[in-house]
Amino acid sequence: MDAIEAENLVKTYPGDVRALDGLTFSVPEGTVFGLLGPNGAGKTTAVKILTTLARADSGTARIASHDVVRDAGAVRRAIGVVAQKHAVDPALTGRENLRLQGRIFGMEKGDLERRAHGLLEEVGLADAADRVTRGYSGGMQRRLDIAMALVHRPTVLFLDEPTTGLDPEVRVAMWREIERLSVGEGLTVLLTTHYLEEADRLAANLAIVDKGRVVAAGTPDQLKGELEGDSIHVELEAAPDGAVRALDGLEGIRDVQLDGRVLRARCEHAARAVPLVLQALEAHGVAVESVTVSRPSLDDVYLRHTGRAFSEADEVAGRR
Amino acid sequence: MTTLRHGVYMMQRHLLNLWRQPIWIAVTLVQPVIWLLLYGALFKSVTRIPGFESNSYIQFLTPGIVVMSALFSSGWSGMAVIDDIDKGILDRFLVSPVVRRSLIVGRLMNGTVIIVVQSLIIVVLAVIVGARFPNAWGIVVLIALASLLAAAVGCLSIALALIARREETVIAAVNFFVLPLTFLSTAFMQRSLVPRWIQHASSVNPVNWAVEAGRASVLPGTNWGMVLTRLGLLAALTAVCIALATRAFRAYQRAV
Repeated sequence: MDAIEAENLVKTYPGDVRALDGLTFSVPEGTVFGLLGPNGAGKTTAVKILTTLARADSGTARIASHDVVRDAGAVRRAIGVVAQKHAVDPALTGRENLRLQGRIFGMEKGDLERRAHGLLEEVGLADAADRVTRGYSGGMQRRLDIAMALVHRPTVLFLDEPTTGLDPEVRVAMWREIERLSVGEGLTVLLTTHYLEEADRLAANLAIVDKGRVVAAGTPDQLKGELEGDSIHVELEAAPDGAVRALDGLEGIRDVQLDGRVLRARCEHAARAVPLVLQALEAHGVAVESVTVSRPSLDDVYLRHTGRAFSEADEVAGRR
Repeated sequence: MTTLRHGVYMMQRHLLNLWRQPIWIAVTLVQPVIWLLLYGALFKSVTRIPGFESNSYIQFLTPGIVVMSALFSSGWSGMAVIDDIDKGILDRFLVSPVVRRSLIVGRLMNGTVIIVVQSLIIVVLAVIVGARFPNAWGIVVLIALASLLAAAVGCLSIALALIARREETVIAAVNFFVLPLTFLSTAFMQRSLVPRWIQHASSVNPVNWAVEAGRASVLPGTNWGMVLTRLGLLAALTAVCIALATRAFRAYQRAV
């Protein structure tokens, strides 16, 4: 059974901005699904449509078999949503925020109090529960945010870039929490992220989104498996045009791409290829700063499917 | 029923927000008092104009200040909505099963609580400085009129906030409308003593409906037929404005 089904979603915003351009994917019940892409790829728009906040121009989507347009009420009762903004009321305490959320879902008073108490303990806010959230740190607000999304016991949880802007330690704690929710509580989780390592670590399945479409989908291992062999990253002192040509026709080297000052290539056996590459570059007078060899990463997958490195796509979107 | 229940949850949230920011309580409650005393002193000699029918200006002025204060505080309702939008709080509610209309109703209830307290303070202060209101029940009617007007204006402010989503727009609209609407009424001056065109304008000005009916309610010789008509008109206006604000949610959701 699929808990989330998105079919051919299209959404255009005023000014002819095509945020989604036929987005299709599905998420099996009880799994974590990662929607991976740079800023502006359409991840947040997809979440808005799936959570009934926005409406697609065309295409259909179902959550737990309920259509997001015709049966929006049932969808809203089935989902928990953690948006990018913390969305906690700063004048209310942690407990009051949770209580308000639970009441909207019609939870019975005793049950709600117990649930709120339990969740506050779980997310480590028991001591701060009766303090006004204005004084919470970013990490605390994020944890309260997650507790609020869970208070009514949803079956599908949406996390829109849950760790953006968090300290590294807090991020790792958040990953553990997300793993616990999916494994321990059987929740279906849809996670959007522009951190490759996050998708790699958490998602059982993922879809790489670029310009509103899925450009590649599968398990992280499948996606990485498509790229056989190793990758070589050569950092150059400058970015001479001749660098790519230098590696032309070199045995066992393919997919050569220059990305700023970083030259990337794929090869069967890195140990054999590296000396050849360095020789060829030296022969062409290209100065090398460093060489790294790695197993294929999601970054390579992204590069291969979109023709751009991840960080670069992110920067372009950021400048827009 | 669910609308009301959810509305009460929202009202509690808004009241807690106000309660925990004492500076706002002070502004909300002290400002009308300043207006009452300031305008009362400034225009004191109005009573000496031939044809002015009251001999206590404060008594004449009080219903006007009650209505004007309600108008001002409701005009700003949209600002809190924009704050909710910016924080993502509104979106959180919109992906929950909360009844859309209750998000408006909750704000209106919150506004009504504030207006009742505000109005009572104004009336008590007016009595302390010498005004007399023989119809004690008329004070309840006056507050009801002010609350209905505030509900209508509050809805418009919320609708504007949802559509424009910018604080500047709400500020501009409030500044543009609130004072002129107050001065195009008989809040400060007896109807027979203002220019003819203002008399005409005031007869279609909802602010003036509330001021005149409110003043008639608290002073002797009340024309209850007129008061009831005005109550009805303001109630109808409020109903229309609630419908309008609810529609504005749809416009908002199309834009997110």
